[in-house]
Amino acid sequence: MTCQDHKDLMMAYLDDEMDDEHRRAFEGHLASCPECAKDLAQFKKLKEITDGVAFVEPEDRVWNEYWGGVYNRIERGTGWILFSVAAISLLIYGGFELIEGIIQDRTVGMLMKAGLLALLGGLAILLVSVARERVYFWSRDRYKDVRR
Amino acid sequence: MDGVCGQSVQVCGPDIGSKDDFETFVKQHMKAAYLTALGLVGNREDALELSQEAFFRAYKHYDQLNSKGKFFPWFYQILRNLCFSHLRKRRVRKTSSLDNVEEGGPEPEIGDHFDPETIAERNESKDRIWRAIGRLDEKHREVIILRHFRNLSYDDMAKLLFCNRGTVTSRLFYARQRLKEILEQESGASDAKCSAGEPRKGGQTL
Repeated sequence: MTCQDHKDLMMAYLDDEMDDEHRRAFEGHLASCPECAKDLAQFKKLKEITDGVAFVEPEDRVWNEYWGGVYNRIERGTGWILFSVAAISLLIYGGFELIEGIIQDRTVGMLMKAGLLALLGGLAILLVSVARERVYFWSRDRYKDVRR
Repeated sequence: MDGVCGQSVQVCGPDIGSKDDFETFVKQHMKAAYLTALGLVGNREDALELSQEAFFRAYKHYDQLNSKGKFFPWFYQILRNLCFSHLRKRRVRKTSSLDNVEEGGPEPEIGDHFDPETIAERNESKDRIWRAIGRLDEKHREVIILRHFRNLSYDDMAKLLFCNRGTVTSRLFYARQRLKEILEQESGASDAKCSAGEPRKGGQTL
C-alpha cells in the first residue's frame, strides 16, 4: 500500500471506524512513516478542537413555540389552496357572466364582440396547447416511475 | 435514528399520517433538525426558519415518498437543500449589492455569516474553527457537521448522503485537510499583522 492509501485510511483510524486488522496494519505503517505520523498528529489536534465546539442550546421558549411555526405553515398552505380555488372559480364565473352580458347587449358594436371572441378563442388555444405539451412530455418522461 | 439527523438511521419510516402523529414526530426530532440546519447555515434565526420549513415540506409531500423506510435520508435531503439554497441566495444578494461592485470590495464569504455567538463556551480557537468551518464548501462542511456535531457513524452518514462509506471517508479527509489549510492561512495572516505592528491575541494553533 502507498502512503496515499494510508492517508485514505487515516480518517477511519482517527474516528475509530476501523476494524482491528486494518488498525494493526495502519499502526505498523505509522511506525515506519514519519510523514503520516506527523499528519495524523495534526489531524488529531484538529479533531480535538472541533469536538470541543458545541452549539448554544436555544431557550425553552424556542422549543415550546417550534410546533406552532410548523403548524402555521400547514394551516396557511391549506388556506392558500382554498383561497386560490375560490378565486379562480369566481373569476371564471364572473368572466363568463360578463362576456355573456356583452354578447347579448345590442348596444355593443360587432367589432367589440368579434374582438372579445377572438381573445377568448386565443386563450383557449393557448391553454389546450400548454396542456397537450405537458401530457406529451409526461408520457415520455423516462423517470416518472422512478421510486423516491 | 433517534433524531432526524441523529445517532443511527432507522430502517422504518415514521407514521405521520395525521396532524397529531406529525406533531409528536416534529417534537421528537426538532432539536436534531434545528442543530443540523444551524451547522449548515451558521445562524440561529435562519436555522429555525429552515428546519420548520423542512418539516412542513416533508408533511406536504409525504404521499410522494414511495419507500417510507427512506424517510430520514429523504427528510435530510429536503433540509440540506433548503439550507444550501438559502446560502446561495444570500451570497447572490451580497455580491449583487451595488456597494461591493462600485468599491471593488472583496466578495463576501459564507463564513462571514457564521455567527460565533452560536457556539457555547467560546474561546479564540473555537471561534477560529467555527469561522473556518463556515468557509468550507458545502459538501465538506456537511460531513464535518454530521460527524462532529451530530456524532453520526460513517455508515449512517453514507445512508443520509446516498453515497458509499468510501466517499464519506474521502470527503472527511479533504474537509479536514481544507480546514487545516484555512487555519494555517489565518495564522499566517495574523502573524503578518503582528509583524506589521498590530497586537496579537493569544490563541491555540495547530
